[in-house]
Amino acid sequence: MPAMRSASVSRIAANWVGVIPFLAFAAVFLLLPTLNIVVGAFRDSSGAYTLDTLAKLFEPRLANSFWLSIRVSFFSAALGALLGFLIAAAVVHGGLPAWVRAPLVTFSGVAANFAGVPLAFAFIATLGRIGFVTVILKEWFGLNLYGMGFNLISFWGLIFVYLYFQMSLMILIIMPSIEGLKREWREAAESLGASGLQYWRMVALPVLFPSLLGTFALLFANSFGAIATAQALTGSSQSLITIQLFAQIRGDVLQDPNLGYAIAFGMIVITAVANAIYIVLRQRAEKWVK
Amino acid sequence: MGEMTEAITSAAPSKARRAAPIGPGRLLSWTLFIFGVLYFALPLIGMFEFSLRKRRGAYSFDAYTSVLGDPQFQATFSYSLIMSVVTIALGLLLVLPAALWVRIRLPAMRPVVEFITLLPLVIPVIVIAFGYLRMFNTSSFLPMTGTVMTTNLLLAFGYSTLALPYMYRAIDNGLRTLDVQTLTEAAQSLGAGWFTILFRIMLPNVFTAVLSGAFLTFSIVLGEYVFAALLDRPAFGPYMIWIGGNKAYEPAALAVIAFAITWGCMGLIQLAGRLAPHTRAAR
Repeated sequence: MPAMRSASVSRIAANWVGVIPFLAFAAVFLLLPTLNIVVGAFRDSSGAYTLDTLAKLFEPRLANSFWLSIRVSFFSAALGALLGFLIAAAVVHGGLPAWVRAPLVTFSGVAANFAGVPLAFAFIATLGRIGFVTVILKEWFGLNLYGMGFNLISFWGLIFVYLYFQMSLMILIIMPSIEGLKREWREAAESLGASGLQYWRMVALPVLFPSLLGTFALLFANSFGAIATAQALTGSSQSLITIQLFAQIRGDVLQDPNLGYAIAFGMIVITAVANAIYIVLRQRAEKWVK
Repeated sequence: MGEMTEAITSAAPSKARRAAPIGPGRLLSWTLFIFGVLYFALPLIGMFEFSLRKRRGAYSFDAYTSVLGDPQFQATFSYSLIMSVVTIALGLLLVLPAALWVRIRLPAMRPVVEFITLLPLVIPVIVIAFGYLRMFNTSSFLPMTGTVMTTNLLLAFGYSTLALPYMYRAIDNGLRTLDVQTLTEAAQSLGAGWFTILFRIMLPNVFTAVLSGAFLTFSIVLGEYVFAALLDRPAFGPYMIWIGGNKAYEPAALAVIAFAITWGCMGLIQLAGRLAPHTRAAR
């Protein structure tokens, strides 16, 4: 009997030994720290469970930051998705030479990863007050961008910079879906007398819709968690929720450590919802485009 | 990449199709494309031009000599370089066995493992870093932030969690192309232990796939800011923020260098992807 038991124990051990380090690592360095924060959000400073800490998220100062982050993420994701889709569609179906596709995809791979601090520097050097384009426009065309109210260090300026990685990520993800549109569908539509516009409106877009919306959700989460670009570009003049939380962690500026957990919890909820939408719609999209 | 070339070659015969454009009109397409090229190219040209302006009245590489000669740059850059190597090694040690076991022993665990590897994309980095500060501070049960060495280790662990989605996907894609079951059984029947199977049989076979995960991890770790800043380690990301606040032309030079590194990493990933099928065919 004991021999049999030890055999089955060692069998179970052999079945699990490769996964255990991974699971243990994930538990200690990913799940527990996050759980710790989540639990903290439901406690007050004395450790008692309460919803008051979460309620403080709705005070104007934090609610405004959340709202700012949501708006920046929304507009950068919407514009990035729209422009990225249009560029990808133009390149695949717009009569452009086929050789532009491969370089575009390669470049998008680079641009999607060219985020953070260097990206902010690149835009400051280009559209800052003495930036490359600003100077050219002023000296060659007499256009004074900053005189016209343009400011890179602003709400729309930040979105304009975010578009760099948002648009390229969109191109990267949506390109295979657009290429996956079957030629038969188009030919069927045309033989039934559909115009190009009708084909897009009634066939292609409905098929692509789950991928479009799903990728939008992904882009939203992508920009919601970002901090380095905004920090390098605007300092703290745009008080995104990530920047608020960063300041809170570093210096406890809100005089209530548990409020930090509440902010973090709020962020997790928002990115989790966005990602859940992405995953669900992605699965639905794969049904069509195979 | 294979898909790309296939798409292009399959597009070639379609030239014979009727002239009626099915996409946005040709003019509109070119306009969109040119807009894209300008938007993507101008900041790159801008940062390069700006980085040459340090000397008054003439273009020069002064900003680059100033950056590259800065002992702070050298220190933080090599720190992040070492960190990325440690992160890649750690990621490999954790992910390769897990991915292999999920394939041959525990297929039921696949959804769990995949879910975990996706979590770092869902939970904002700043939240994970915040959790670390709370769980591993000096008055906790595992006071890793107590000494410099353990803080470095904690930072490497943090980076490894960020790398999980990319490492797992790369390695799992690599394993998919192999008949892992047969390879494992063949190795076992010849008396190989698990270490041999993992690192002398699987690793060489998925090496090119691992490389693509590794280069992506490298480029992520090099530019990472939040973890390093919150754990207060002298990494490259916080250094870049500091330069941005204190120098005029050096940030642009740094951006050019960072872009070149990103480009290099992506190029190497593509190269690794292209090499993979050839090496397999030659065998």
